[in-house]
Amino acid sequence: MADQTSHTVKSYDDDIHQLRSLISQMGGLCEAQIIDAIDALTRRDAEAALKVVATDARIDALEGEAEKLAIQIIALRAPMATDLREIVACLKISSVLERIGDYAKNIAKRASALAQAAPIEPMVIVPEMARVVAVMVKDVLDAFVDRDPELALAVCQRDQTVDNFYSSLFRSLLTFMMENPHHITPSTHLLFIAKNLERIGDHATNVAEMVHYSATGHLISERPRGDDTAFATSAAA
Amino acid sequence: MADLNAGSVVAARNAADVVTTKMTARNVNVYYGAKQALKDVSIDVSQENVTAFIGPSGCGKSTFLRCMNRMNDTVASARVEGEIKLDGEDIYKGGMDVVQLRARVGMVFQKPNPFPKSIYDNVAYGPRIHGLAATKADMDAIVEGSLRRAGLWDEAKDRLGESGTAMSGGQQQRLCIARAIAVDPEVILMDEPCSALDPIATAKIEELIDELRGRYAIVIVTHNMQQAARVSQKTAFFHLGTMVEYGDTSMIFTNPSEPRTKDYITGRYG
Ligand SMILES: Nc1ncnc2c1ncn2[C@@H]1O[C@H](COP(=O)(O)OP(=O)(O)OP(=O)(O)O)[C@@H](O)[C@H]1O
Ligand SMILES: [Mg+2]
Repeated sequence: MADQTSHTVKSYDDDIHQLRSLISQMGGLCEAQIIDAIDALTRRDAEAALKVVATDARIDALEGEAEKLAIQIIALRAPMATDLREIVACLKISSVLERIGDYAKNIAKRASALAQAAPIEPMVIVPEMARVVAVMVKDVLDAFVDRDPELALAVCQRDQTVDNFYSSLFRSLLTFMMENPHHITPSTHLLFIAKNLERIGDHATNVAEMVHYSATGHLISERPRGDDTAFATSAAA
Repeated sequence: MADLNAGSVVAARNAADVVTTKMTARNVNVYYGAKQALKDVSIDVSQENVTAFIGPSGCGKSTFLRCMNRMNDTVASARVEGEIKLDGEDIYKGGMDVVQLRARVGMVFQKPNPFPKSIYDNVAYGPRIHGLAATKADMDAIVEGSLRRAGLWDEAKDRLGESGTAMSGGQQQRLCIARAIAVDPEVILMDEPCSALDPIATAKIEELIDELRGRYAIVIVTHNMQQAARVSQKTAFFHLGTMVEYGDTSMIFTNPSEPRTKDYITGRYG
């Protein structure tokens, strides 16, 4: 799939190339935003966090551009088969990446709030979880660039790890909040941050599914979802 | 992702689940003199689905279409090998009534070709030679019914005596379809029926094909990919005299299995 032959009409190739590069740019930005937001969180750097919040506008702008271009290609070129799948996938991926950007932005907002509060212990698990999530985003974008369905599949399989991180963090934060009501505000922020990371993992998985579909024409069959925290209870209760 | 599923995206309607095979071709080879134009083409055409033939110019689509009602008999240099059956009956067998065959398997051509006669006589021509109408009233009914089914009645009913050639291109093409329908055929073959028509006339023909679907087995040759995707439920891709791929239109246009099909329909051919 990676070495597609050229279209007879050259400008068609240019259009698709441009669309794909917009998606790559968005993906690169998303990955950086996640890393920067978590960095601001661990360094308790409110200013850096606000920079992440401001940068999100660039992702939004790229999404607008990608959407415009995709619609234009559909209108002017009437894409078929692999092209059709790819352009529809790009359209969907761009909106998913925009959502990922929003989650990173929300993490940054909470990081700036947390910079003022006293540090709490379950914090340490968050950067580790974020690393896994950021690598998922990076890998799924690599899979997109290389049109690599195997790598896309591998990303999907990693989503479970993220869900496990979230479940364990959820439990320890519950315990923590029950021990001391002063922990509730920072714990809640942290819980939302972890939830945002977990959502990013889900979205990376969605992107992986689209990459896989675009490359092969087949859907990845239903995978089991691992988020059962809604039913979890605190061990310390 | 489920909404991206190939099926419903492309074809207006999916291929019928239960099909009756109307025509079958097995190992058809066609030569024009020493030059081979078709190699080992085998295909089943069903009653329920519209079948589209696509492929680059010169790949043999028209040649194959002409085999299906023995139009190639009129080409002196053409030689047809293999087997083509209509309802299980070999149409190339000795003693086959070719005139009768062409009434059962009608053809509509790329350029509208009405006879230089009145609109009425254009439609009445076939039924007349096949003796399908006993009385003037019978013939009137056939003419009206055919023009109605071809979506031309309202435009033609007040000018039935005028020459068919005085109509617009789109009307002429629908007149030719009415003429094909008038002899109550079982199969209608259309060779690029819209290539000389504007988008509105084209849309009317496509709508007509959709209405005629099921009542007649329909095969259409078209160079317009979107048209093939819109009107057909089955698509066959021809390339250099061979049939490369044949399958559900929705699959051919979203996920073809053959690289040559993909290259052609995505505009990467040659
Ligand atoms: N009457 C003929 N005499 C000699 N060769 C012919 C004749 N008709 C067609 N051919 C040759 O047979 C091959 C297939 O032609 P055919 O007309 O079936 O192609 P096609 O797929 O219908 O092309 P197009 O899309 O341009 O109509 C071509 O190489 C053509 O030159
Ligand atoms: Mg032809």
